[in-house]
Amino acid sequence: MNKADYDLVIIGGGPAGLTAGLYAARARMKVMMLEKVTPGGQVLVTDWIENYPGFPEGISGIDLVQRMTDQAKRFDLVIESAEVAALDLSQPIKKIILSDGNTVSTHTMIIATGASPNTLGVPGESRFSGKGVSFCGTCDGPFFRNKVVAAVGGGDTAVQESMFLTKFASKVYIIHRRNEFRAEKILQERVFANPKIEIIWDSVVTEIKGLSNVEKLGIRNVKTGETRELPVDGCFIWVGTQPNTGFVKNAVKTDESGFIIADLKMETSVPGVFTAGDVRSTPLRQIVTAVGDAAIAVTSAEHYLENL
Amino acid sequence: MAAGIVEIEDSSFDTEVMKSDLPVLVDFWAPWCGPCRAIAPLVEELSVSFKGQVKFVKCNVDDNPVTPGKFEIRSIPTLIFFKDGKVFDQIVGMVAKAKLEEIIKKMI
Repeated sequence: MNKADYDLVIIGGGPAGLTAGLYAARARMKVMMLEKVTPGGQVLVTDWIENYPGFPEGISGIDLVQRMTDQAKRFDLVIESAEVAALDLSQPIKKIILSDGNTVSTHTMIIATGASPNTLGVPGESRFSGKGVSFCGTCDGPFFRNKVVAAVGGGDTAVQESMFLTKFASKVYIIHRRNEFRAEKILQERVFANPKIEIIWDSVVTEIKGLSNVEKLGIRNVKTGETRELPVDGCFIWVGTQPNTGFVKNAVKTDESGFIIADLKMETSVPGVFTAGDVRSTPLRQIVTAVGDAAIAVTSAEHYLENL
Repeated sequence: MAAGIVEIEDSSFDTEVMKSDLPVLVDFWAPWCGPCRAIAPLVEELSVSFKGQVKFVKCNVDDNPVTPGKFEIRSIPTLIFFKDGKVFDQIVGMVAKAKLEEIIKKMI
């Protein structure tokens, strides 16, 4: 067979990418990880993790990432700081085109680029980004000491991070479009018992208003149609995620939301191209599922290489 | 922390940053901020690459509320580039090292 630069290139350095790196390095594959900023992904903006086994007291996102990175590096994983611009999957030896113009060739790859927070798409949202509109509690929560904030969403992130905000804010409104949360029950119990939290059910944010900073939200009750204004100093938005697949374009099959479709071996529609973690079309996006995907993807990549 | 990075306070901001002869990169951070800790190694690497050309300082926003307030910082990590006592550029959130290098090269 013709030789590529690498046996395996892992794109993305969150929990899926780091786990893939660990397994591939231990399998003595010629492997490299490409990460555009610094390893960690969405875990970096997660204040506290209680559902990753092995840490009975919980662990902060940054500490977990640091441990995963140290573990992969202990087995000599090479992590390069680079952003992927495009893929050329037309030949058995795949080409990864980097944004600095360089190209890397590889026999197999694992796309583990994760997902990014969805925006609401309402007036004021982008204008007040960093001026009261935030997607990261652990980055911005402490700037709202003794202030009133709103959190939008009803999943694990919204509910868990709202609890974090109560450490600083005097009041936290959770605005949710349905009349029940999807979050883990234990998280819900804590939110219902927290006197600083008031939940506004069946409601959506229609506008974010203010002069130089956020001052109030326009909200509408989706059942009654009633609209009103809610004075707040900040608005945290946790309404799901979108896949980081800009560079993938139509190179592999995706679902209607753009998440990459893979089979049980984590192989995409292109042989030798695998995926893992939040970027995959999957019913659950957690750290535990990401690391599981990654282990399967590396093992499948090994089998693919053996049969070349 | 790398030896080249000075931790500054509200009281020393004027002397260390505004009156600095060299251009300055101020890294506003806090211990509770995961992304701040994640980009810290990148800033340290840059402080080595641009030693003698740019001054690198850190400002803990928990201990020093006045300076972040002055620059209306509501989100960290925030990196502010100062040249001749004026804001040259400002980056909020996680950022690639290449982007920081690009700004620094423009500034020096």
